[in-house]
Amino acid sequence: MIKGLINLIPFFLLQETREEKIMLVTSENLLIVLMFLKLHVFGQLNLLTCISGVDFLGVNHRFCVIYELLSVAFNTRLRIKVFINAYECLPSVCPIFICANWWEREIWDMFGIFFKNHPDLRRILTDYGFDGFPLRKDFPLCGYVDLRYNPNKRLIVSEPIELTQNFRSFTFESQW
Amino acid sequence: MILKKYEKLKNLQNFTINFGPQHPAAHGVLRLILELSGEVILRADPHIGLLHRGTEKLIENKTYLQALPYFDRLDYVSMMAQEQAYSLAIEKLANFNVSPRAQAIRVLFGEITRLLNHMLAVGCHALDVGAMTPFLWLFEEREKLLEFYERVSGARMHAAYIRPGGVSSDLPLGLLDDIYSFAKQFIFRLNEMEEMLTCNRIWKERLIDIGIITAKDAINLGFSGVMLRSAGIPWDLRKTQPYDGYEQYLFDIPVGNSGDCYDRYIMRVEEMRQSIRIIVQAINFLSNISSSFLQKIESKTFMESLISHFKFCTEGFIVPVGETYTAVEAPKGEFGIYLISNGSEKPYRCKIKAPGFAHLQALNFICKGHLIADVVTVIGTLDIVFGEIDR
Repeated sequence: MIKGLINLIPFFLLQETREEKIMLVTSENLLIVLMFLKLHVFGQLNLLTCISGVDFLGVNHRFCVIYELLSVAFNTRLRIKVFINAYECLPSVCPIFICANWWEREIWDMFGIFFKNHPDLRRILTDYGFDGFPLRKDFPLCGYVDLRYNPNKRLIVSEPIELTQNFRSFTFESQW
Repeated sequence: MILKKYEKLKNLQNFTINFGPQHPAAHGVLRLILELSGEVILRADPHIGLLHRGTEKLIENKTYLQALPYFDRLDYVSMMAQEQAYSLAIEKLANFNVSPRAQAIRVLFGEITRLLNHMLAVGCHALDVGAMTPFLWLFEEREKLLEFYERVSGARMHAAYIRPGGVSSDLPLGLLDDIYSFAKQFIFRLNEMEEMLTCNRIWKERLIDIGIITAKDAINLGFSGVMLRSAGIPWDLRKTQPYDGYEQYLFDIPVGNSGDCYDRYIMRVEEMRQSIRIIVQAINFLSNISSSFLQKIESKTFMESLISHFKFCTEGFIVPVGETYTAVEAPKGEFGIYLISNGSEKPYRCKIKAPGFAHLQALNFICKGHLIADVVTVIGTLDIVFGEIDR
């Protein structure tokens, strides 16, 4: 089904592994490609399953945003990938898929990727007033602050985290 | 005089109330901010994340096997369906083969999980709307199913039974007989529950024509599972993209036609009956196929096997470089795992696509224009559990 349309789409790279189709597009073409695939009769990839973000720390185009599309009519899936660097932003796909709203909010919350023209870009999963982007690879697992109830102040206070022992990550690089 | 009256009306403000996070009908920790005009809802703004535990971050710091129990704790009423999704993702990346017997056990327990989930969904929905009895009756049945979980894995809920490559151990003796006798009597329990609800006037008045979703909206909102099928779209991953040998089983997919809450209730009940059908078929299949499980005796008597076992458990196994999106038909909808491996013993990224996340996001869309009492009905029919939404 995708094969007939391939010549019409401005994609960057097309991969197929384990019967999963992956299409790489640039952030400028993202909206056009998604709109085209959603509305074309031979595409009908009209169900946006999810949007995920990945942080590849240490490479130039650090963040990858993945749009998982599903066509109920043709029983096909297609994965659209966009790579951006740490300073770029992406256009919001909310005008095309209304369910993108929360997925984009989640990516903003977790990775700090900004979505242009998003109707309501607030944090979603982390606490009110949380600072930092937890799913970035340079964010430590234990975080930076510790919340506790202060009985004297009768308030929940946040303090810099203090660990009695340093966090140890166990690796098995030595082959024994 | 008239002018003054007009000005007074203009100054009326909409009423904003806080629903939850400690409301029993909020199904956990949902904070819902409702903007009301009288009793009519103008806007519903769900605030989620009160149960956020950073599961995805934790998984990135664990080996593949250590990360498995986190999946039980996501949607804590359909545990094994999620283990199955994660195991299938790893199997796809690492090209593991699963024996037919292990697949049948997975199907068996996948359907038991579906029963568990739908019983809670229907029971709690009825409880929210005001019927207490079905909840108590169904929890009696859930208890029996949780006992099967316990017999097979040792844990009532967080089983960690389905593992990459199969299941953790073979079924204990006599379990299949007990599941069969459960399946036989369960149909009658279901009939009893339906007698209480299906034709109940209050239940019907509270549910019919509430929360109607059209097929177009359902697709636009990214629905899956019962929510998508209630809009009249026959889409079930067990049929369309079968996994673990679901293509060998005979079962039907109930599809709704009006897309309201009552349709979804009827469909959940029908799905339970279909699950019983699958369970009986799986029992027949399992009783005819001999066990092909490796015995653990070797690792307890030979030093070399013990060392290799120890290394698998501590270091973990290495999954080849690659990425996959694997989805299963969890009771609530499509539960997907987007797994990226960088060739080490830990997943580089594991995105969890929870069906409830997409469903809850549509709450504002569905509730707009309904009365405040209908919010409870809609939340019940969405079948949300905060473990998977907040992750």
